[in-house]
Order: sequence, then C-alpha cells, then structure tokens
Amino acid sequence: MRNTFAEVLYELGCEDERVCIVVADISPAGPMAKFRERFPERFINVGVAEQSMIGICAGLALRGMRPFAYTIATFTLYRPFEMVRDDLGYQNLPVTLVGIGGGVIYSTLGATHYAQEDIAIAGSIPTMTILAPSDPEESREITRWVVRRESGGPVYLRFGKAGEPILTKDAAEPFVFGKLRRLSIGEDVAVLSYGVLMNMAKKVAVGLSAKGRSVSLIACPTVKPLDVAGIANVLRRHKHVIVLEEHVPQGGLTAQVKQIAWDIQAKCRLQTHTLKDEFVHCYGSHDDILAAHGLSVPVILAKATQ
Amino acid sequence: MRNTFDRDAAAARCKRYRRRILDVSQRVTALHVAPAFSCMEILDCIYSGLLRKDGAGTFRDIFLLSKGHGCMAQYAILEDLGILPKSALDTYCTADGLLGAHPDLGIPGVAAATGSLGHGLSMALGMALAERMRKVSTHERNIVYAVLSDGEVQEGSTWEAVMMASSLGASNLVAVIDNNDFQSLGRTSETHPSFYPLDKKFESFGWEVVSINGHDGEALHNTVTVRSGAKPFAVIAKTIKGKGVSYMENVPMWHYRAPNAEEYKKALAELT
Repeated sequence: MRNTFAEVLYELGCEDERVCIVVADISPAGPMAKFRERFPERFINVGVAEQSMIGICAGLALRGMRPFAYTIATFTLYRPFEMVRDDLGYQNLPVTLVGIGGGVIYSTLGATHYAQEDIAIAGSIPTMTILAPSDPEESREITRWVVRRESGGPVYLRFGKAGEPILTKDAAEPFVFGKLRRLSIGEDVAVLSYGVLMNMAKKVAVGLSAKGRSVSLIACPTVKPLDVAGIANVLRRHKHVIVLEEHVPQGGLTAQVKQIAWDIQAKCRLQTHTLKDEFVHCYGSHDDILAAHGLSVPVILAKATQ
Repeated sequence: MRNTFDRDAAAARCKRYRRRILDVSQRVTALHVAPAFSCMEILDCIYSGLLRKDGAGTFRDIFLLSKGHGCMAQYAILEDLGILPKSALDTYCTADGLLGAHPDLGIPGVAAATGSLGHGLSMALGMALAERMRKVSTHERNIVYAVLSDGEVQEGSTWEAVMMASSLGASNLVAVIDNNDFQSLGRTSETHPSFYPLDKKFESFGWEVVSINGHDGEALHNTVTVRSGAKPFAVIAKTIKGKGVSYMENVPMWHYRAPNAEEYKKALAELT
C-alpha cells in the first residue's frame, strides 16, 4: 500500500511542483527514494522530530505547497497532536498526514507502534478528512484524489504497510470520495469495514456466502466525512449488518454506525467487532493480535450464524 | 530594507502604538499589555526597517509572531499601515469583532494562527524552506522573520526547529527572541538559571547569533542588515516586560491586566 502511494506521489510530483514530502527519520524505500533523488529540494527529513515535521508542513502549506508528512501512524498523529490540531486543523491547511501502520499491523513492535485509537483522535478535529485504503489499488486512487483536490484542509491517510492483497480490482463500484464503496452486492447480509481489515471482511463474506447467504461486501474508505446516507441505506436494505473495525470501540466507524442505526430506528440485526478497550501484550503476527482482540474469521462467523 | 534607520521616527511611532494599545485596554477587562510592550520596538523595526516590499507595494518578506500573546503590538502596527481597519481594534474581543487575544489566520497581515507557544518557529522554518523550493536565486529568496518569547524557548518543539534549521539550509530564517526574562513566577534567570544563556545554545546548533538591546530598533536593523546570510540568524533581544510605562516595567501582574482609569491617565502622561 505504501509503495503504490509512493509511486503515485512520484508520478504526480513530476507534474505538480507543489508536492513535497516531509519525513521524520523514515528511510525512503522504493518509489519514495526515487522522489528524493529526482526532487531533493522537495524532500525534507527533519530527523526524529515530529512536532517540527507538522509545523514545517504548516509553513510549507501557508506558502502554497502541498506537503505530505510521512511516518509511522502513531508518530504522525499522536506525538505532534497539538500541532496537527492547531497548525493544520484550525488553520485548515491542505497537508496530508500519512500514517503507516494503522491499527495493530506492526504486531511485533508492541503498543508504542499500534495506532489503535487514531480514527477517534484524528476524527475529533472538525476540519480533518480521514481516508483508509483497502488495498494497494485503492491506495493509488486515493493518493491521486488527495494530490489533485483543489480545496480542503488536512487529510489523515491511514495505511497498512506493504504486501496487502488486491481486493478492489473487480469491485462492483469505483472509489468515490465521501461514499461507501460496494465491492460486491448482495441482499441479506452486509459486511462493512475499512482499511487493511477489508481482507478479513472479505473472508467473512466468502464464509457467509458458502453458507448460502447473499452478501454485500462494503468498504468505507472515506471514514470522515462519513457517508451517513449510505450507511443508513445499508442498515435499511439488509437484515443483518456486520461491522468490523481495527480500532478501539469508541470514536470510530462502529460507534457512528450504532448512532445512525438508532437515529433511523433500524430494524436489522447489527453485529459489531472492534479491538477491545485494552492494551493486549502480544508480539505475534498481525492475525495473532487481531485474534487476541476477538477479531478472527471463525469468531465472527460463529456469532453471525448464531 | 532601507539603509538607515530613523531613530526619532521609530520612537514616536512606538509611543503612538503604546498609547493605542492602552486605549484598547480601556474597553476590555484584560489583555496582554506588558508582553506587547516588550516587543514593540522589535516589531516596529521589522515592519518599518526590515520587511522588503515588492513592486505592488505589499510585503514580500514574511513576519510570523510566534509569541502570539504579544499580538496587540502587531495589531497596532497593522492598523497604522492601513492593513487593518480602525474598526478592527475598536471591536477587539467583541462578539462580532475580527480580533481576539491571539492572532488568527485570515486576519489581514497575520501569517499564522499562534497562541500556543512553541509552534511558530517550525512554521516559520517551513515557510523559509518553501522559499528554497522556489526556482529563484539565493538573493531573490524572501526572508522569514519570527519573533519568539523567551519562555517559549523552553518548549521542546522550539528546539526541534532550532536543531534542524541550519542542517536544512534555512539561511533565510531570522528569529528574534524577546528576552524579557519574565514568566509566571517571576524572573526566569532566578527560577531557572541554567536555561540561560541562550546565545551559545543557538550557536551550537549552527545559527549565527547576536545579542542586542531589544528596545533599540536601530541596533536590530543594523545587526540584521549586516548578517552573513549563510546561516539561520538569531537575535537575542534583551527587553523589559511592560517597557514604556514605569509602573508596568518588570511587574508580573501586567502580563494580562487592563489599567484602571487612574493608571491609564498616568501611563498616557509618560507616553507623550
């Protein structure tokens, strides 16, 4: 995902001189290194100094540039949060905050590197937009959208890492900013998720199809502003809606779906799975940590077929 | 940038600005008078002696007030320059007014929204680096001036910018530290003596540093004009909090307080 992002950024950086990258001691790999070689004056490494990374991005944006701050999600957002809020949010500047490793994907690195509350934190800023690509293909489209937009304030891009499977190639619908995206369309059950967890969502959908259910697999790549009407439709059109989220229970998609369900007096069954409201001390694989939080295909399917 | 600095004209302007700020103080319960007074000459020098203009008469160099709570000084100057209408200061801190106690982006003449200390120098650094990205020669690059409070230099975020500015090539960045030695609990040199001196600390991170009397606009003008331009430039400007009104000078309570009618009259008398 981060490689397709960097590829697109390089391509668009060739066309648009305003594109610049500010990293906090992240070594550029692959296409990012190409950008740095070709446009050294537009690539800034501030060292391990995230507060100044954000402040510098604000200054660049105030002078007409289109900066991309790039580091591990926890460091992009949490360490410099006041700068994100005041310098970018309050001033409504077109800076993109790229967070690599949203959720618990940096499994072996421990909780200091888990962005398990990032959606709640970024989403609490009024002018913030949040995008979470499901796969490298969607990451390409989202990156294009972000570079090409002519207005708007800060954007938080929640990425996985690298090597994610392609899920959206044969999607029923294209990526449209601000809208839910139906990857496949069914009638009984909807499985709704965003980001890297779409892979698990797809497996759940396949599992339910195998049991004879007609399943819609739906991605929510625009987490903020949320497609409230779209979600209301999903809740009305399906008898059973399953929401999966690699995020703590409060402040993310799950909580908002419940709010909407209440507001529209939804009659469907609403089943939700998120990370627990806990720090889980486990250094296994990504799937191991997710399973420790109750996020696994067997657990979800078992509950779905109860 | 003009080659000579008119001391008398500067003194007259600064008196006028201080009186204007005191006028405003009579309509609000509290405002940051003393912090504005300690950087008055610094800001006056930047606006009238340092910021260059382009062909259309607008400032091409950039000024960022990182010490956001000193903004009354900036507002008084912007009003004098016609960049802010008189109604702006007259409606300071009212429901429909444009101006509040900290500068906001969108106010004419204000480069960035500040008010939380420690943000401005990084933003100024970013602006300076944006200039480097423009395809112009070194001497065509615009200069970014940032004014910081000395208390603000305690923020780690300020040091992130200080540490990297030179390595990142921001030779078009000028930081002026309003060094009035006062914070909430009194003199910083007494409560936190090892915090000073500042000049050696900036120097060790690759800045060119000068220390001056912060109420001498001519000294500021001259020192900035002759800097090498090869490194980011820091001026440690020794100032007096509340400068200009004898009973305010070095008295902590004037950080955020409006003089009563009696005090106001006394202050005006000193500023003629």
